[in-house]
Amino acid sequence: MNLTADSFIALLPILITSATAVLVMLSISVRRHHWWNATLTVVGLNLALLSIIYASRVIPQAVTPLLMVDGYALLYMAIILVATLGCATLSHAYLKEYGGNREEMYLLLVLAATGGLVLTCSRHMASLFIGLELLSVPVYAMVAYMFREKRSLEGGIKYMILSAVASAFLLFGMALLYAQFGQLGFAEIGVEIAGEHAHGPLVFAGVALMLAGLGFKLSLAPFHLWTPDVYQGAPAPVGAFLATASKVAVFAVLLRFIAEAPAAHMGILRDVLLAIAIASILIGNLLALTQTNLKRLLGYSSIAHFGYVLVAIVAGNNITFEAVAVYLVTYVVTTLGAFGVVALMSSPYRGQDADAVSHYRGMFWRRPYLTGVFIAMLLSLAGIPATAGFIGKFYVITAGVESGEWWALAAVVVGSSIGLYYYLRVLVTSCLPTPGMQKFDAELDWGQQTGGLMVLAMTFLVFLIGLYPQPILELIQAATIAL
Amino acid sequence: MILPWLFLIPFIGGLLCWQGERLGLGVPRWIALFTMIIVSALSIKLWIDGNYHLAGAVSGAGQWQMEFQAPWIKRFGISFHLALDGLSLLMVMLTGLLGVMAVGCSWSEIQRNVGFFHLNLLWNLGGVIGVFLAIDMFLFFFFWEMMLVPMFFLIALWGHNAPGGKGRIYAATKFFIFTQASGFLLLIAILGLVFVHYRSTGVFSFDYEVLRGTRMDPITEYVLMLGFFIAFAVKMPIVPFHSWLPDAHSQAPTAGSVDLAGILLKTAAYGMLRFALPFFPNASADFAPIAMWLGVIGIIYAAALAFVQTDVKRLVAYTSISHMGFVVVGIYSGNPIALQGVVMQMMAHGISAGALFILCGELYERLHTRDLRLMGGLWSRLSNLPPIAMFFIAASLGLPGMGNFIGEFLILLGTFQVAPVIAVVSASGLVLAAVYSLVLMQRAFYGKPQSEERLPDLSRRELGLMFSLMIILLFLGLYPQTVLNTSAAAMAQVQHYYSPGLTPAMNVTP
Repeated sequence: MNLTADSFIALLPILITSATAVLVMLSISVRRHHWWNATLTVVGLNLALLSIIYASRVIPQAVTPLLMVDGYALLYMAIILVATLGCATLSHAYLKEYGGNREEMYLLLVLAATGGLVLTCSRHMASLFIGLELLSVPVYAMVAYMFREKRSLEGGIKYMILSAVASAFLLFGMALLYAQFGQLGFAEIGVEIAGEHAHGPLVFAGVALMLAGLGFKLSLAPFHLWTPDVYQGAPAPVGAFLATASKVAVFAVLLRFIAEAPAAHMGILRDVLLAIAIASILIGNLLALTQTNLKRLLGYSSIAHFGYVLVAIVAGNNITFEAVAVYLVTYVVTTLGAFGVVALMSSPYRGQDADAVSHYRGMFWRRPYLTGVFIAMLLSLAGIPATAGFIGKFYVITAGVESGEWWALAAVVVGSSIGLYYYLRVLVTSCLPTPGMQKFDAELDWGQQTGGLMVLAMTFLVFLIGLYPQPILELIQAATIAL
Repeated sequence: MILPWLFLIPFIGGLLCWQGERLGLGVPRWIALFTMIIVSALSIKLWIDGNYHLAGAVSGAGQWQMEFQAPWIKRFGISFHLALDGLSLLMVMLTGLLGVMAVGCSWSEIQRNVGFFHLNLLWNLGGVIGVFLAIDMFLFFFFWEMMLVPMFFLIALWGHNAPGGKGRIYAATKFFIFTQASGFLLLIAILGLVFVHYRSTGVFSFDYEVLRGTRMDPITEYVLMLGFFIAFAVKMPIVPFHSWLPDAHSQAPTAGSVDLAGILLKTAAYGMLRFALPFFPNASADFAPIAMWLGVIGIIYAAALAFVQTDVKRLVAYTSISHMGFVVVGIYSGNPIALQGVVMQMMAHGISAGALFILCGELYERLHTRDLRLMGGLWSRLSNLPPIAMFFIAASLGLPGMGNFIGEFLILLGTFQVAPVIAVVSASGLVLAAVYSLVLMQRAFYGKPQSEERLPDLSRRELGLMFSLMIILLFLGLYPQTVLNTSAAAMAQVQHYYSPGLTPAMNVTP
């Protein structure tokens, strides 16, 4: 195990993020100051984002048997860092008037991001577990950050208990695989699974338990039950983090496992994934239909969206990795924007979020540009052309058609059609005439604040990717070609 | 370079309308009117400059009068490819004309959020023009789906909540889900075609010219053809997929109805002519009897339903379905005369249905109801509106002298040569058309008046709109040769692609 200078350069994003966590912690202990701590966090995350450019000069770089920094890992690191940055800016707007301690939110955010970064380059069960826990544990605290609110506390405890159970499943699954093969590296396990002794009960049980664990973190059906409650309880910026950075990181590691151990993807597991994909699409969309709470609705729709991504994985052909990356990029941009609007409408903190659909009634006639952003995000979630969401859906359908996954495609079509209904409902509500007094409203100068700027940037990206996707597709193609 | 401007002008005009509202309520209306007049003028200039009669008469070379191509998404061989031939030109001209009418007829109807209304209206028209020009399948799909969003807003925000209906938001959502879900089928079928082409040649392309003539086995061809057909059938609409149309029409604002009946339905017929037949000639020929019978069912079923409607707009909506049935029959007959009739029918129906919807809107502005049971005797209460309505109702029933007659006559004449039984049964649609049209006339304008009070008559703006449409419709009916010459080359092309599949299959049709 030789660590050279190149290894450290490759690890720069993780190192800088960790250092930011330490610095933020120290600065809080020196003096509590909301703006300074937030700025420190954002600067640190931006440095980490910039360091990806340096790291890209030394890839691929295997750092110990645990981590592998390659184009793929760097791509997902960038996505996670951008998502975390978005959440940090939203938190700043959201927490402005919060009475309790505001500064720890940034510390937790950076810690969780570090965990996500570790996951993207993990190629070993040990680093998978470390990364996953580092990602999850701060999120428990983030969900329950407004602990004086009943829902926030409830969501936090629910997430903690269920997540701990899922982690236990995951660990047990790893243990079973280790008992069978005596290996923990993804590639080594892949070789063993492809070998003769692959079909013992231990292997099946191990893979199934791991799948349950990861499926929980991705809130895929039938492991999705926690999602709506936690999304509803979590403060809007944390909801954004849960829906974007946290899920993308877990998906990145799942995908790497499938890439390094392709044999694990064959046969019965593929059918199981197909069933999970179809179930997620249908359940997510159907349950979203009756929601009157926007955060719950976004929670259910995220279940469906990860069902769509799974379709690309099930298709398992030469554009799978590209399709997944494109979809996740479009999903992250869109979801950040959507939660961003919720956070801006709810900020500054008033004890409750503007999360009922009725809170958005007539918003168009009071805040036309913010509602324009909101409409763009909803259309993108629905996959309408000229928005990023369409490009993502186009890729998923392309992957499905190439492999002839007709059942999965049928689910995508049915799911998307159902999805239209509830996105349109929210969309129309925001344009209906105002009934009188409003409980919630974004501040007048929302566009000049960091949170507002972030949301506007996401809108720009949604349209850029939707109208001229070529540059981003080239970038993603270059990054995923290595796998 | 003129082609992209055809749809960019409405998009830019829409944005100006939206912001122009700050200057005053009238500003967006004038901007929108000028925008659509510029588009119409551009398309007429293209028509005068081009020579559509001869172009492409020889297959292959020179099908397009004008082309525009720019690279877009190289990863999948997608380019920004627009092209114009006689068929697309006629459709663009129709869009420009009805666009002007749609702006004109909402002049006094829309008083709320005028800027945003015109933004949606113009973007919808821009999207439709894009559909008529795009010959890259991705770009086509892009416009095909994009034009729905503004239409959705038009219905949902400015629509009526007609009594007895389920409300405008219900109608708008139903419209959007029907068309969008069928759009996903279209996307899958397009991708299927692209991959079939990719497997046989190793080239990724969405281009019309490249994809046409892709070889595939009969089952694949049939399945892909069905994907295209269903998407177009929902939009057209052909009978089992039609239920969104009456709802959408009865709740839509007048401009929305004009747009929907006059132009949006035509995109489906255009899609069949431009893409479904040339891509899948053999499967389409196999499917032709089914499609034609569906068309016949549509003609008769919708006519019967039109007869029993009490809401004027729903009645006109059902007549649209009935008239589009003729279009389906004509398209799938593959006969050159019938294909020319299809173009004529599309133009004439666009204008006559548009005019009828404008009249319905004007009646509604005066009576505040669209219920036929509450009308009656209007002839004595209004002086100009009833005779104008009679003119367009006569056009819609296919009275000689108007464009609709030429269209239906040519379609029946052409179809009779290939499928006599279908032609004969379809012809009964003309009789039914006379029945429902006269019933409409009778119930609304004759009989005992509900009150003696005179109603405000048509304003000069409304008269201007109506007279220009009457003149154009008469021109189409009395001297159709101009239109037929323009579309001749394009229709010959369609027939050229379609006929190889047609000959053997048609011998066994009823």
